Amino acid sequence: MPPLFYFIFAGYNVTKSELIEALAKHQPHLPLKDVELAVKCIIEKMNQALSSGERIEIRGFGSFSLHMRPPRVGRNPKTGESVKLAKKYVPHFKPGKELRDRVDQSSGQYQIID
Amino acid sequence: MALTKADFAEELYDELGLNKREAKEMIELFFEEIKDSLAKGGQVKLSGFGKFELRDKSSRPGRNPKTGEEIPITARRVVTFRSGQKLKARVETYAGTE
Repeated sequence: MPPLFYFIFAGYNVTKSELIEALAKHQPHLPLKDVELAVKCIIEKMNQALSSGERIEIRGFGSFSLHMRPPRVGRNPKTGESVKLAKKYVPHFKPGKELRDRVDQSSGQYQIID
Repeated sequence: MALTKADFAEELYDELGLNKREAKEMIELFFEEIKDSLAKGGQVKLSGFGKFELRDKSSRPGRNPKTGEEIPITARRVVTFRSGQKLKARVETYAGTE
């Protein structure tokens, strides 16, 4: 039985638009439109970097890099036919120490929101 | 060379014309907000990029790979990242450096 206080400190899930609102609250001198553009610009820059094979390292937050998946023989689930699949790259995130520690320490206080 | 907060601030300065202080502050706040939410049990979904999720792991037996000594791995909460379709598709076509 989880302790009752789990339910008292409830966090919240966040989407891009909610993140934009939260950032705008912290920077009241900027028009909302600018905050929105800034968030889109940051996300686009991260996408661009990763898709050109560049790493991203944000101190205290974590790093993004690509992991290589070697070529393999797969199977078409419908026909059972073998298909050769070329090697590919997938994005990978490694949380930084501060994020890891904060999240781990929060587990006694906050329940994960679905 | 990896991209850092300074490169992102530079991008906001070049692309949006935020001044250097505003740009730096924006980058700090962006990652800080995501961390805050994750540290309160909230998951973060950035459409067009991916989703930061939380997972509670129970304790399991572990081993020191050097000495072979058995050490229990304690229960912990971890962050995982699942890239969105758009990012996955863009990265998949990256040809690599070889």
